[in-house]
Parts: sequence; structure tokens; C-alpha cells
Amino acid sequence: MSGITSSTALWYASRATGIICLVLLTAVMVLGILVNRQGRLPGLPRFAVTGLHRNLSLLAVGFLAVHVATAVADPFVTIGLAAVVIPLASPYRSAWIGLGAVSLDLMIALIVTSLARARIGRRTWRAVHWLAYASWPVALAHSIGSSGDLRGGPLLALAAACTLAVAGAIGWRVLRTLRTPPRARRVAAVLSSQAVLSNQAGAR
Amino acid sequence: MTARGTGLLIAGSPRPADRPAQFPRLLPADGRPAGLPAHLAQHGPLPYRGGPGRLIPEVTESGLTGRGGAAFPVGRKLAAVAAAGRRPVAVANGAESEPLSAKDRTLLRYSPHLVLDGLQLAAEAVGARRAVLYLHADFSLPGQLASLISERRTAGLDRAEVEVVAAPPRFLSGQETAAVNVINGGPALPAFTPPRTFERGVGGQPTLVQNVETLAHLALIARYGAGWFRAVGTADEPGSMLCTIGQADGSSAVAEAALGTPLRDLLRFSGQVQAVLAGGYHGGWLPAGQAERLALSSAALRPAGASAGAGVLAALPAGTCGLAEMARVARYLALESAGQCGPCLNGLPRIATALAGLAGIRPDGCVIADLERWAGLAEGRGACHHPDGAIRFVRSGLQVFAAEIRSHQQGTCTAAGGRAFLPVPAGPDSENDWRMPR
Amino acid sequence: MSKQLRVNPIACTGHGLCAELLPELITLDEWGYPVLPARPVPPGLDREARRAVASCPALALLLSPAP
Repeated sequence: MSGITSSTALWYASRATGIICLVLLTAVMVLGILVNRQGRLPGLPRFAVTGLHRNLSLLAVGFLAVHVATAVADPFVTIGLAAVVIPLASPYRSAWIGLGAVSLDLMIALIVTSLARARIGRRTWRAVHWLAYASWPVALAHSIGSSGDLRGGPLLALAAACTLAVAGAIGWRVLRTLRTPPRARRVAAVLSSQAVLSNQAGAR
Repeated sequence: MTARGTGLLIAGSPRPADRPAQFPRLLPADGRPAGLPAHLAQHGPLPYRGGPGRLIPEVTESGLTGRGGAAFPVGRKLAAVAAAGRRPVAVANGAESEPLSAKDRTLLRYSPHLVLDGLQLAAEAVGARRAVLYLHADFSLPGQLASLISERRTAGLDRAEVEVVAAPPRFLSGQETAAVNVINGGPALPAFTPPRTFERGVGGQPTLVQNVETLAHLALIARYGAGWFRAVGTADEPGSMLCTIGQADGSSAVAEAALGTPLRDLLRFSGQVQAVLAGGYHGGWLPAGQAERLALSSAALRPAGASAGAGVLAALPAGTCGLAEMARVARYLALESAGQCGPCLNGLPRIATALAGLAGIRPDGCVIADLERWAGLAEGRGACHHPDGAIRFVRSGLQVFAAEIRSHQQGTCTAAGGRAFLPVPAGPDSENDWRMPR
Repeated sequence: MSKQLRVNPIACTGHGLCAELLPELITLDEWGYPVLPARPVPPGLDREARRAVASCPALALLLSPAP
């Protein structure tokens, strides 16, 4: 197509894959929260929730690789390979790209520990996995700041929708957790529920 | 929340005349707490063997098994911890969280130095430089034992450093992995095994956990030999054990008896006894008639669905509703669940509620079937044996009190007006109850 | 070398994936917790068993060498 240089193509590719990553990672976050609270997707078996969570995260890694490669390769902006994982190493929009590097570093930790889950043990894996709650908002901030795309129009609406989805999922998780009795009260909770049942039975 | 009565001492038990006079072994003959000088005067100095492993063959030959309830061969346990290498820790378990049991605190009050000797000898045998005395928080035990340990340190008696750790007042506090958790600074909650405590326990090191009575026996075996230990008891279950005996009139006492002693020599079966609980709240019920013909040994009690356990024998008087007693204890056992494992935290409270319904004289048709199903689901599917013990207690009760259950289902109770008999402590209140208050 | 399915009942919170992925061997009790077979995993189901172990969100399902 006339007028489009390879630089522009790379720049567009980076921005586009970045947006796709944001959407995918939003889905991964929501699904992860669903897995944790044993939520279900209507009509799908339980292993579909965990399976989607895992597969979408790996898909996101793929798009992330393209996003990062095209951004580094683009001659129009200087981002340099180091800046991919080292925050503030990019001469171009240092802070915003830096946030991307932070998010990417956290994601690497998440993915690597999850792939090696059986070897590193339950406790270590869980502790690292909490970093997801840091990784996603940092990725969102990076998306908003690194280009003007998300600051207006339909992409702003998309960013807002992603934020609402994650916030909603977190809110749902917090509510569910508040309603679950702590370990020390679990048996007492079962006893109470049984007392209610036997009272109902007795009343019949 | 103590065993009913004041724990009077019976210094020995009747035995056949042809056996050598071996009693009392663990408890002082004069019925007075033995201080350090009296202890050394009676038993002589602490017979250290001079290196790890050397005492183990003698302990194995003696056939000594754990006196905390599980009856695991002590020689094997010592060998396992010794073989695990690294820097083992020896723990004396005096938590005695079974409400019906008073033998450990009695032993610690009257013969503490036997226990402490045993702890030192066990520590030497496994190569431990660090030892822990894990004690029930009540009855002033931690304070008293701490000063005795100081006294021994001043006298240069102890080679392993002994630390006193108080156990939270929970039924599971005496469980091996829960004890290790508390000693490591955590709550009294059991852990999943593997790794077993002899592989990884206190501070991540191989840990030997032995009941305090077991260690007292060990201290005597080290002085008088395996042959002496085996001179009483049976060939398969040698030696003596301490028992907490609750009579039908409500009195209770701690007695030392040879393994194999007939129960009728320990309990008064005067026609006022309806049933016997052998093995505490994780043990089994026996009809009085059957109990009268059994002896104090695993060989006799296990096939009958009960256990010698930690020597708890409790007679239930006639005129008490066995079903009501079972329901109260079952509720206590449910509340004392750690709440960590689905089958236990779901099964035990349902069983307890169903039993309470039965005891409340409300005709409830399908409850027995539900009880059986829940019992089957809870058994063997927890990280520890709490659900298993509770199910044994309930199942045996359902058999022994079957007639009472039928009465209740028809709207009457044979012991109407009877009072609560078995001691049931208050359950936990909050998360903090599984930890010792600072 | 045959393997035995075991569950860490403390880690298990009753997600139930194991029963979905290995219904030939694992069922769920009325509270959603897995009931495991006493016998070792038959050789034909070895792969499915390993998949079920890997899929447990709580890492509670284990395969250990059969005694």
C-alpha cells in the first residue's frame, strides 16, 4: 500500500499486539480469580476454566513476544533490547516503557514458576503467583502511557471495560472470601447449618 | 476440664504370685513426688552409653512400644531418627490432650526425673543435642518442670539442652505433627505426611517424638535391662503401663499395671457398670459383660473394636444415657477438628448433630443410615487420625448402645433424668485457640 | 513401576478437576472431595493420571510409588 513505510507497519503491529495482550491478560486475570474461588463458566466443565486460564496466558505470551519484538525493531523509536526487561533503560518514554518491562518481568516469573509448579512445591508457587495482582495493573498503566491510543475513542472504552472486568472479579473474590468462614470456624459453621436443617425437619 | 476426681495413686496392681515383685516401677512407692536426690538414690546415676545408637539394641530387645496411644516400637523409631543423620531433635510429648487421661501429668508430678532421664538417653541414642519437653499448659507443669531442668543443669546431669514448650489446650495438641508445629512457633495443627517427623520435624531436622511415659520406661530399661522390663506383661506386649481408670461412681485414679492384666482387676464391675470406654475419646465402647472378660492389651482390645490406647479406661454407670454421652463427646470431637480437611470438617459435625438428634428423643428414621455413610466418608481421609478415632468411638457406641437408640427412636430413654457423666471441655473459640497465648 | 494416587487433604479444597479428568478412578463425595481408589493406577490410565495430577489447581493430587 502506498505511503506506508515498514517503520509504520512495525509501529502499528506493536500497538495492535499490545492491545490484544491487554485483552488476553484481562481474561487470564478474571479466569485465574474464577479458578481460585472455584467459579464455573456456564456449560463448561471445571477443567475448562483452568485450561482456558493456562492456554490464554500462553497465547498472551506469544502476542507479547511479537509486541516486544516489533517495538524494539521499529527504527522510528529507540527502545533497545535491554529496556524489554530492565525498567527505565529505554530512551523513548522511559517511564511508560519501564512499566512494560516491570510487567513483563513479573509475567516471566509467573509463567516460569507455573510451568515448573510440580517441582518448586505448592507454597513457593502460590507465593509467586500473587504477583499477578501487581503485573496486570502495571501492564494497564504501561498501555495507557506508552501511546496515545487508549486515551480516547473506542480503545478508551476497551481499556475501561478491561479495568471493570478485573475490578469486578476482584470485588467478587473479596465478597466470596468474606462470606467463607475462617478455618477455626469451619466446623462451627457446619454445625450451625445442621442445626438449622434439623430444626426444619423437626418442625415438619 | 480434668478427669473426674483428684487422681489418687494406686502404686501397683494385683499380679500372679509367681511373678517377681516388680511394682511399682514408674511411680514412687511412698506416693510422694521424687526429687532429684531421692531419684538418684533409688535408681542410681543416669547411665549414658557414651555415644549415639548404643542404647538402641537394648530398647529393641525390650519390646518397648510407645505409651502415647499408637504403640509404635520404640527401638525402630530411635533407629529411624538416628539413621536420618543431620542434627536430630528429641521431643518428650507430655501434652496429654485426652480429657479422660491423667497419667502423664501424674507421672510428671511424681517421677519427673525418670522422664527427664529418658529424654536425655533418647537424645543421646539418636545423636541429638537439643531436646524439647512439650507439656500441657495447665496444672503448673511448665513452671515446675522448668525449675527441675535448671536443677539438673546445675548438677551437670543433662547433656542435651532441654527447652520447655507449652501445648495449646486443644485435643489435637498431642498429635505428633501438631506438636512439631507448635514447637516450631506455629499453631497446633497437624501437617500432611510425608515427610514424617522422623525425617523432618522441629527446625526441619529429623525429630524423635515420644510420650513422656515411654521415656520413663526407657530410663528404667537403660538401668535394669531389657530382661527386667520383659519380666512383666505378655510375650507380645511386654512391660507395664500407666492407666487412668475412671470408675462408675465417678472416682478416678492413675494406676500402673502389667500389660495383660484383666480389666476386672482394674475396674470395679459391681453390676452398676453399663459399658466401658477403652482408649479414651479415640477408643471404643465395650459392653460391661464383654469388658469383664477382656485384658489390658492390644491383642485383647483391638479385635473387640477398642484399644489399650494411652491406658484410658472409663466405666459408664447404669442410669446414664450412653447415647447422650456419645452425642456430647462427638460434638466435642467435631469442634476439636483442625478444620483443614474436607471429609473431617464435614463428616464429624454432621455425625455429632445426628447423634444429638437421636439423644434428644426425636424419632428420626434415616439417621442411622446417614451416620453410617458419613462415618464411611470421614474415615481414613484426613491428614491425621482424628476422624478415624472419632469414628471408632461413634461406631462402637452405635453397637453397644443399640438398645438405647431403639428406645429413643420409640420416644423413651432408659436413663431419663440421668446426669452428664463424661468430662467434655469447652471447645475452641477462635483462631488463636490453636496457639499458646504469648 | 506402578503408582498410587494420593491426595493431600489439607491442600485439597474440592475443586473437583481430578474427578472430571479421571472418572474411571476418582469420584467425588457428597461434599465435593475426591475419593481415591485403594489399588494402584492401571498402566493404561497412567497418562490420564499424570494429567490429572498436573491439573489440580491446589497441587493436592499426588502420584507416589505404590507400596
